[in-house]
Amino acid sequence: MDYLLLQILNGVQLGLLMFLLAAGLTLTFGIMDLVNLAHGSLYMMGAYFAWTLIGLTDSFVLGALLALPATFLLGVLVEAVVMRRLYGRDHLDQVLATFGLILFFNELVRAVWGPAGKSIAVPKFLARTIEILPGVPYPAYRFAIIAVAALVALLLAWLVARTRLGMLIRAGASNRRMIAALGVNIELLFSLVFGLGAVFAGLAGLMAAPIGSVKIGMGDDILILAFVIIVIGGIGSIKGAFIAAMVVGQIDIVGRAFLPDFLKTFMSSAAASSAAPAISQVLVYVVMAGVLVWRPTGLFGQRT
Amino acid sequence: MIATLRTPRGLATAVLLLALAVLPLLTQAFDQRYLLSIGTRIVIWSIAAVSLNMILGYGGLVSFGHAVFFGIGGYAVGILSANGLQSGWLQWPVAIAASVFWAALVGALSLRTRGVYFIMITLAFAQLIYYVSAGLEAYGGDDGLNISRSRFTGLIDLRDKASFYWLCFALLLGTLWFCSRFANSRFGFVLRGAKSNDLRMTALGFPVFRYRLAAFTLSGAFGGLAGILLANEGAYVSPAMMSWVKSGDLIVIVVLGGMGTLFGPLYGTIAFFVLEESLPPLLDLLRKGWGEYWQIVFGPLLVLIALYAKGGIDSLLGRRHG
Repeated sequence: MDYLLLQILNGVQLGLLMFLLAAGLTLTFGIMDLVNLAHGSLYMMGAYFAWTLIGLTDSFVLGALLALPATFLLGVLVEAVVMRRLYGRDHLDQVLATFGLILFFNELVRAVWGPAGKSIAVPKFLARTIEILPGVPYPAYRFAIIAVAALVALLLAWLVARTRLGMLIRAGASNRRMIAALGVNIELLFSLVFGLGAVFAGLAGLMAAPIGSVKIGMGDDILILAFVIIVIGGIGSIKGAFIAAMVVGQIDIVGRAFLPDFLKTFMSSAAASSAAPAISQVLVYVVMAGVLVWRPTGLFGQRT
Repeated sequence: MIATLRTPRGLATAVLLLALAVLPLLTQAFDQRYLLSIGTRIVIWSIAAVSLNMILGYGGLVSFGHAVFFGIGGYAVGILSANGLQSGWLQWPVAIAASVFWAALVGALSLRTRGVYFIMITLAFAQLIYYVSAGLEAYGGDDGLNISRSRFTGLIDLRDKASFYWLCFALLLGTLWFCSRFANSRFGFVLRGAKSNDLRMTALGFPVFRYRLAAFTLSGAFGGLAGILLANEGAYVSPAMMSWVKSGDLIVIVVLGGMGTLFGPLYGTIAFFVLEESLPPLLDLLRKGWGEYWQIVFGPLLVLIALYAKGGIDSLLGRRHG
């Protein structure tokens, strides 16, 4: 029972991290009609910036807080140099150009930080466990990820639903041309939204770093999962991305945790523990296929 | 025939095909074995690129998972070979059938969607097979699997580099011939019509979904063929041969060469391999050690191609008629 609870919490934590990544992706798609494969590169850059800045400042919190504006600036720069030229273009052009950006960023990281992976230590004040229920310890760092990511998700919900910027974002998602005609500075809006998405991706990357490692291409695999999430949730829908991220997080973690035991009932134990991660990965895609058969534009996507 | 040769496109194509046809003789004369191995990979990748062009170029369907057919074709050969079934007469049809089956299944699901959904779903399904192959511990898992080459006893020995090259080249010619028949048939015209306006084609009474599914499946079959050849070329299969980066590379090749043109994918593959092989030494000339990071140049080059190079290499050879 305790084990189940811990695994569910791990699933929530993974789901929230992926939501941070998927939110930026779904916003840029919904508002700018832009397929950004290089979103995972921003996730990676966030982690590398944090690694450097934590080394310089000798403080996890300070380093992480400085890495966020750095990622924001990088996002705005990428938007100004490349993305701006891709709005209104064919999706194929966008795929090609952002694929080029992935190659560029992966190689840039290799040239600047070297090919070996880096690790970020869990900050001292979080390197312990806390009791979430009497007698059930949980790593404080993972709990902090859940807290921060949930807070950011709420902040995003508030931003989109309650502020003027959010109003413009929603208006932009439903009719780009109209808000431009109404005198909104749409270029500035696009820059801001892209930078915001970059910050979320960077935050997810740097928070995930102490659990895994900071390495080249770290954003690419998780980006594909983020794609699956926004396809399930419906492209452009933040609510859909959130729900889908939570579902995918649970499938991934609970699948990894419980499939081996289940498979052992009819397989050898070695085969079961090697097959289980692959099966839980596959399960995510099966869910996606199911959703698409049922609703081709995702759970909360706009019907065409 | 003679008239075709007078146009720059016809001349360039004829010279190119002739050069490819005699490549093993050239590499033997100049004792450049390595070049023959690159040449073989170029020919195999061209088959895959032509097959992707059938749906991407003519059909406008941006499939971001085409390298999965490298994997399916390759693993079908690899798994049979690991179980002691070496005959190519068995391996090859099984591999093609597996590719056709997977293409039909993925096509039936993903063609229900449009635009960016289609891109991401084809990518996701390719990842699915990637993870499955990485989980096949009995067949090497992540590390891949060494295999022995398919046997066509008495007919051809695939271990001989030159004969294997010529086999690949003949299959490329066959694929090109099929693609030209395909593109200029009624079937091809329906597909091209649906690319420019699928509502109109539907209104005209064409079952666009079924046409696209058929094209997607055909394209998968030729992709699987390229996978079979790739597995035999290296005598090795691994999940890496169907990583999503390879799918991206295939899209790059088709766009670089010229979408929806017969020989575009061939030009694109050659240009891609030439860039891949020549950028590192060129950068090393500028400054020692830079060559290792050639993708820093290659990435932005792709951005420029996406932004400014509509029509690809094929369009450099003059306007097309028809």
